[in-house]
Amino acid sequence: MSVPAGFLPSAGSVGRALRVALPVAVLLALVPVVLPQYQAILLAYGLAMAIGALGFNLLLGYTGLLSFGHSAYFGVGAYAVALMVKYLKVGSMELFLLGAIVAAVAVTALFGVVCVRYTRIFFGILTLALSQVLWSLAFKFFWVTGGTDGLRVPTPSLFGGLVTGGGDKITFMSHAYYYYVLVVFCVCVSLMWVVVNSPFGMALQAIRDNETRAEFVGVQIWRYRWVAFLVSGVFTGLAGALWVPLNGLTTPDIMHWTFSGEIVFMTVLGGFRSFAGPVIGAIVFNYLKTYAVGYTVYWQLLLGSVLVALVLSLPTGIVGTAGRLLARFREER
Amino acid sequence: MDVLLIHLINALLYASVLFLIAGGLSLIYGVMRIVNLAHGNLYAFGAYVTAWTVGTVAAGAPIGVLLLLVPTGAFAAALLGAFLEPTLLRPFYKRAEEYQLLVTFGLLMILEDVMRFFWGPYPLSASTLFEGFGSLSVGDSIYPTYNFLVIGVGAAAAIFLWAFIYRTKFGVVLRATSQNMRMASALGVNVNRVYVQAFTLGCFMAGLGGAIIVPSQSAVLGMGVDALVLAFIVVVIGGLGSLEGALVGALIVGVVREAGITWFPEIELAVLYLAAATVLLVRPAGLFGRP
Repeated sequence: MSVPAGFLPSAGSVGRALRVALPVAVLLALVPVVLPQYQAILLAYGLAMAIGALGFNLLLGYTGLLSFGHSAYFGVGAYAVALMVKYLKVGSMELFLLGAIVAAVAVTALFGVVCVRYTRIFFGILTLALSQVLWSLAFKFFWVTGGTDGLRVPTPSLFGGLVTGGGDKITFMSHAYYYYVLVVFCVCVSLMWVVVNSPFGMALQAIRDNETRAEFVGVQIWRYRWVAFLVSGVFTGLAGALWVPLNGLTTPDIMHWTFSGEIVFMTVLGGFRSFAGPVIGAIVFNYLKTYAVGYTVYWQLLLGSVLVALVLSLPTGIVGTAGRLLARFREER
Repeated sequence: MDVLLIHLINALLYASVLFLIAGGLSLIYGVMRIVNLAHGNLYAFGAYVTAWTVGTVAAGAPIGVLLLLVPTGAFAAALLGAFLEPTLLRPFYKRAEEYQLLVTFGLLMILEDVMRFFWGPYPLSASTLFEGFGSLSVGDSIYPTYNFLVIGVGAAAAIFLWAFIYRTKFGVVLRATSQNMRMASALGVNVNRVYVQAFTLGCFMAGLGGAIIVPSQSAVLGMGVDALVLAFIVVVIGGLGSLEGALVGALIVGVVREAGITWFPEIELAVLYLAAATVLLVRPAGLFGRP
């Protein structure tokens, strides 16, 4: 017997997704050629954060669990890289990514077992408390983690040493490293698209919409939530690993719960009810924060007002609002 | 022996301030089912206002006058709360919890910068009051007298709150609303008014916590965010929405913190967070919470 329809993403839906994704990927690939170096580096930050937000949204948008502790997994990725530099003298980006994935799997598997037993507000507080455990360890064990000074991460070598920083760090970051981040970003987006459109992703959405009914159909809720937690955390850990060479430094700030709040912020900014929402939200948030910090010392006031206004008037975020406007525009025509 | 006594007093000092912050947080959650992430900033706001009135506006005044000015922070926080609840929080009661958390997170960011705007990025102190009280001898050691005042205020607040909630008509209405908002509303309770009152009372407590501790420390940016996480630990251990829980949780956290700072400073915070996570696992509703 053939696989029943709907069990795998259909050829039509793959085609539709590619029709949007391919032009966007081409445009992103043109950025270092067309725009100044600074813009390319800024966008690389945004793309790295987008992977993290994409992972976060597997829990919020698809499983219906609001984590307030995703800074922990971002930090685990970043600190895994920094500790590999410090203790193992590793400099290869591929090994960094591998190390970050292993570390993120280990931490999220453990935290996940604890957290997925609860939902709603208790899930949020539990993830927050556990992320603060890691933050306080990074903060206090300064002889390992450098405390508030953090750990430095030098420019890595790409593709097993084929591409190295060599001379100018800015040129390296805005070209070779930008394309590296872009490739990993494309792989992650494709993977996540397959995950949310697979039977597994459908089961998560069924759990989100009606837990009791999903259990009746035979979905093992606990296990599905745990796997979703794992995948989500690993994506966010990968984002941390890609982010840390760009920043050149990792400090306990990225483990603090307020950074988790920023991850939630960017996801809601883009719209957590859509697949592309967190990606767009993360990139926009990155620009917003960078320019707000550069423009005024009161950037928190600015971002906080944006967040309150957003939640009050545009709860579906950028993507949801754009979709609604587009639909109205089509109706009028 | 004296050292142990000093540690015990220090633990009580922590617990008093923590009870004021966490009690307010718990009261607000119990009545309104909202976890206010900006609650720590109301504590910081109280601290800043008192540091400003005592340390700057009335600097040089006699101790008695300064002491009378301490509650200004609490009243300012209460006023701020009475303004915030109807304007910002009320539209969110019918929406999902995620939005409530987000709007209070936005409020946290806004309040943090409002304080930076009014009082600048440098610490603001009101230490003349603290120093004016002098010190007492506890056995062979000396201990600041002001700290006893803080403990006294914490204890008084606990007793006053208990009497308020279990012995007055307002307390009955508050408890009824917390148990079943619809039924209370059907019986003629003005739920909107109860919400404003509960939120204002919660903010008053947080502001009082900041106001009484600020003479012995000083008001700094970021103190609210730090205090919020500690208050979270307290309410998670004690049970969200339970005042008895907040009291017991504050005592536990106070003792563990004092022991941690003395004997295991590296993992003091980690132990607290792990304790909270363990309580959540064993009794998700906390030691005193309703499941």
